[in-house]
Amino acid sequence: MSSSPNRSLHRFANPGQFLRLSGAVLPYLAIGAALLTALGLGWGLFVSPADYQQGDAVRIMYVHVPAAWLATGGYTGLAVCSAMSLIWRHPLADLAAAEIGPVGAGFTALCLATGSLWGKPMWGAWWVWDARLTSVLVLFFLYIGHVALVRAFDDPTRGYRAGAILALVGVVNLPIVKFSVDWWNTLHQPASIKLTGAPTMAPEMLWPLAIAALGYTLCFATIVTMRTRAAVMERRIRGLLMARAASDPGA
Amino acid sequence: MTRKRRRLYVLLACAIGLGSATALTLTAFSDNLVFFVSPSDIATKGASGRTVRLGGLVEQGSVQRGNGGATFKVTDGASSVTVRYAGILPDLFREGQGVVTLGTLQSDGSLKASEVLAKHDETYMPKEVAEALKKSGQWKPDSGPPPPSSTWNKR
Repeated sequence: MSSSPNRSLHRFANPGQFLRLSGAVLPYLAIGAALLTALGLGWGLFVSPADYQQGDAVRIMYVHVPAAWLATGGYTGLAVCSAMSLIWRHPLADLAAAEIGPVGAGFTALCLATGSLWGKPMWGAWWVWDARLTSVLVLFFLYIGHVALVRAFDDPTRGYRAGAILALVGVVNLPIVKFSVDWWNTLHQPASIKLTGAPTMAPEMLWPLAIAALGYTLCFATIVTMRTRAAVMERRIRGLLMARAASDPGA
Repeated sequence: MTRKRRRLYVLLACAIGLGSATALTLTAFSDNLVFFVSPSDIATKGASGRTVRLGGLVEQGSVQRGNGGATFKVTDGASSVTVRYAGILPDLFREGQGVVTLGTLQSDGSLKASEVLAKHDETYMPKEVAEALKKSGQWKPDSGPPPPSSTWNKR
């Protein structure tokens, strides 16, 4: 490791450095997450106007859409950690990947549940097997599979390795989730907010959605940071206990 | 070449292989990945007795509500299919609205539906904006979906 050309990168990868840095940032992250999520959801659920077509049912959007963005965004984070773990054998990336899994699965479950609650009054069905819904369900199973696989080995390193490969193979699902509504006809409508062109959403609905999405993102980051910190400390404690057991054979 | 660099290249090669395999598979199966077929598809392929999911817009002036059900035409502009349905229609069901119906094609070319789902587009706006667009004549609901958002969504 010491001869690595990426020393500047590895400086931030040092677990001790990570604990110090994340400990300083964490309170602000948590406060920002709570404030923005409360503001975005409160605005969206109680203040924003009803939709001309969907009426008040449109308010589910403020819970559902940010969860969907974080489901795919979180998986992107998982894939980046997995690539870093496979290529650079990065210990912190291993821990972060293992901790992103359950959080991403939770956001995906929220997305699926709220989507179902929205689908029944609007479409007339809790669930349909169209390409968008099915690919998000596959995303959920990928998360669950990763959670299980990482923890399935006695030797944690082998678990991290297997989980990283699974996560990277699953990346093919991300463009399918994103573009399913454009490539094939689906019951789910296409995206309202695109990189090109104006959003097909009135500004008084777009603002609360954007704030809720930012709040969700900070929530995701807060939870993953807390979990990764706990994992680093747990690993340290285990290391200390093993060192003590080794140095004190008579005990 | 360092071991890290070699692992990076192996990973990239795997990504390219897996990506193109997926792309080829999805292209090959794209006919089966669609959720519904259009009235034009049925007109050209004509599959009587088959169970199909038909999608399109409810044709203007075609809805006849009977006791506990409705008859209406689903159109994609080029051709249309008559749908008979006994059951409760979703709230969003109306003339000009997108719908997806599941049913069997009868010998007379109509569809006996067992399920009708409403589809909505990606436009979200308050009722007042929709009213204003209709009043100013920018959007005539009879002639199709709302105008592009760039004409009304000024920020």
